[in-house]
Amino acid sequence: MFLALRELVFARTRFGLMGAVVALITVLMVLLSGLSSGLVVDGVSGLQRSPLDAVAFEEGTKTDSAFTRSVVTTAERDAWAARDDVAGAELLGTALVNAKNDDGTPVDLALFGVERGGFVEPPTGAGRALAGEGEVVLSVSAKDEGVALGDVLTIDRVGTQLEVVGFTTDQRTFGHVDIGFLDLRTWQEIHSATPPGQEAPADAYDEASVVALRGVDGVPDLAAGDAAAGTDARPIGEAFNSSPGYQAEIMTMDLIKGFLYAISALVVGAFFTLWTVQRTRELAVMRAIGASTRFLVLDGLAQAAILLAGSIGVGLAVGLGLGSLLVGSGMPFELQGQPVVLGGVLLLVLGLVGAIVATARIARVDPVTALGENR
Amino acid sequence: MTTTTTRTGLALTDVTLTFGDGDTQVAALDHVDLTVAPGELVAVVGPSGAGKSSLLAVAGGLTRPTSGSVVVAGTDLTTLSGRALARFRRDHLGLVFQSGNLVPALTAIDQLRLVEKITGRRATTSPEQLLESVGMSEHAHRRPGRLSGGERQRVGIARALVASPSVLLVDEPTAALDRRRSHEIVELLARETHGFGVATVMVTHDHDVLEHCDRVLEMVDGRLAAV
Repeated sequence: MFLALRELVFARTRFGLMGAVVALITVLMVLLSGLSSGLVVDGVSGLQRSPLDAVAFEEGTKTDSAFTRSVVTTAERDAWAARDDVAGAELLGTALVNAKNDDGTPVDLALFGVERGGFVEPPTGAGRALAGEGEVVLSVSAKDEGVALGDVLTIDRVGTQLEVVGFTTDQRTFGHVDIGFLDLRTWQEIHSATPPGQEAPADAYDEASVVALRGVDGVPDLAAGDAAAGTDARPIGEAFNSSPGYQAEIMTMDLIKGFLYAISALVVGAFFTLWTVQRTRELAVMRAIGASTRFLVLDGLAQAAILLAGSIGVGLAVGLGLGSLLVGSGMPFELQGQPVVLGGVLLLVLGLVGAIVATARIARVDPVTALGENR
Repeated sequence: MTTTTTRTGLALTDVTLTFGDGDTQVAALDHVDLTVAPGELVAVVGPSGAGKSSLLAVAGGLTRPTSGSVVVAGTDLTTLSGRALARFRRDHLGLVFQSGNLVPALTAIDQLRLVEKITGRRATTSPEQLLESVGMSEHAHRRPGRLSGGERQRVGIARALVASPSVLLVDEPTAALDRRRSHEIVELLARETHGFGVATVMVTHDHDVLEHCDRVLEMVDGRLAAV
């Protein structure tokens, strides 16, 4: 540390530049992490924030956008409900629709038809819970679209009218669209395109998109349940991949983050390689006067750790500051502690790996080169 | 840890160092014998390529000789392993390089303290006193970039003395200095050698400064002879 600290002060411009780069990478990491979390919340908060353990799809549905394609029946739900390790099985209808508010403002909605009083139905903050057909409880985020309690939404083409009776306590979105929770029966009528006031075909009242599952003790035995019910069940985390666009978004974000981490490791490694090469002669001198490889390498790593920790700390502070400005703006942005801290730690570890590779050169410096002329 | 009372100087016996093999074999050191007593300053002169640097490298444990023995403070360096050799160098050998070869980031006083960090023990003579003895107290807090060539060399000599070595090996200390400063530096070396009772070998091709040395040897084609 003796040498490390003095060199940090001596070569402060070089280290300052390097630190600035690491800090900027950290800012970018925080913003990407926020964007990534925001996309997850925007994409699947409707599922994430419900107490679901698993989702059963129609057998053979493709993973992507299975939520909108899958069709399950009451019989399949009952088969699931009869199982010992299943605490609850409910029909859940999902559909993306366009609607218009009273004043003609278009509103995009993900309609979630739920069994009233069941576990999928969310708690309401403002207003009241669903009491019957023709009512809808909207995600609280729909308020930003100008929808208020008592508004009546008209579903395009079908013409069904839904009265807004409540808002959820937290954001409930699905595929970046606000969710409207409504009675399953109303959902079935809309889904089968039955005009208002008419009865839907009998089998329409037997169907929904998926079976929402709660286990007695965590995720129930899905394979056995599938065999009994003839469905294709997935744990909730995997089921996210079946939300519209979710998989593609997450993969894109992960790819960008992956590159960012790789770049930061390379940049730090390259910097410390150059720094070590610049110091070859003085390293040779120190080895000649008896400094062990351990002494020199530990000193070099301490230096890297100080630089990285300092600049990542600054980057996190700046990133969180900038990020808090973005929360609540139109962007899907959500600052979550865990991914940000994890990202910071990952940057530190990868930076140190880069520095270790670079400082390994110290071991190869031959002390005999300290003798003779200065070149 | 050996104390200063057990200093026994330097003894090279029948040391040979060869590079290459067969027809291309070159003897950098050819059956060299050299004994330097504590408190003695020995100068080794000779043309470039005569083997002066090899002599220092072998005496300093930086290069292993092909044959022969190098005894410092009662220990034969040729019997030590790499790590033990580094530790031995640290505790018993002082090296003074051309133009000082100081660490750019450290002030004069920190150059000396670094050696304390490396050896893990306090210097018998404090870094402050050592800088005083080489006349560098005023510039203790200057980095090498703000010191003249002669001043850097003084700091380099003080640094070599921090570990209270038995043997001081000095490589062309006046190469980058003018006449007056060259004399000052070698006078200083002689004074420190006598004062600290260290066995000093100085390699040089500056014949002007030999008057300050106790003994002068000449090296030609890897052989050492008295002048």
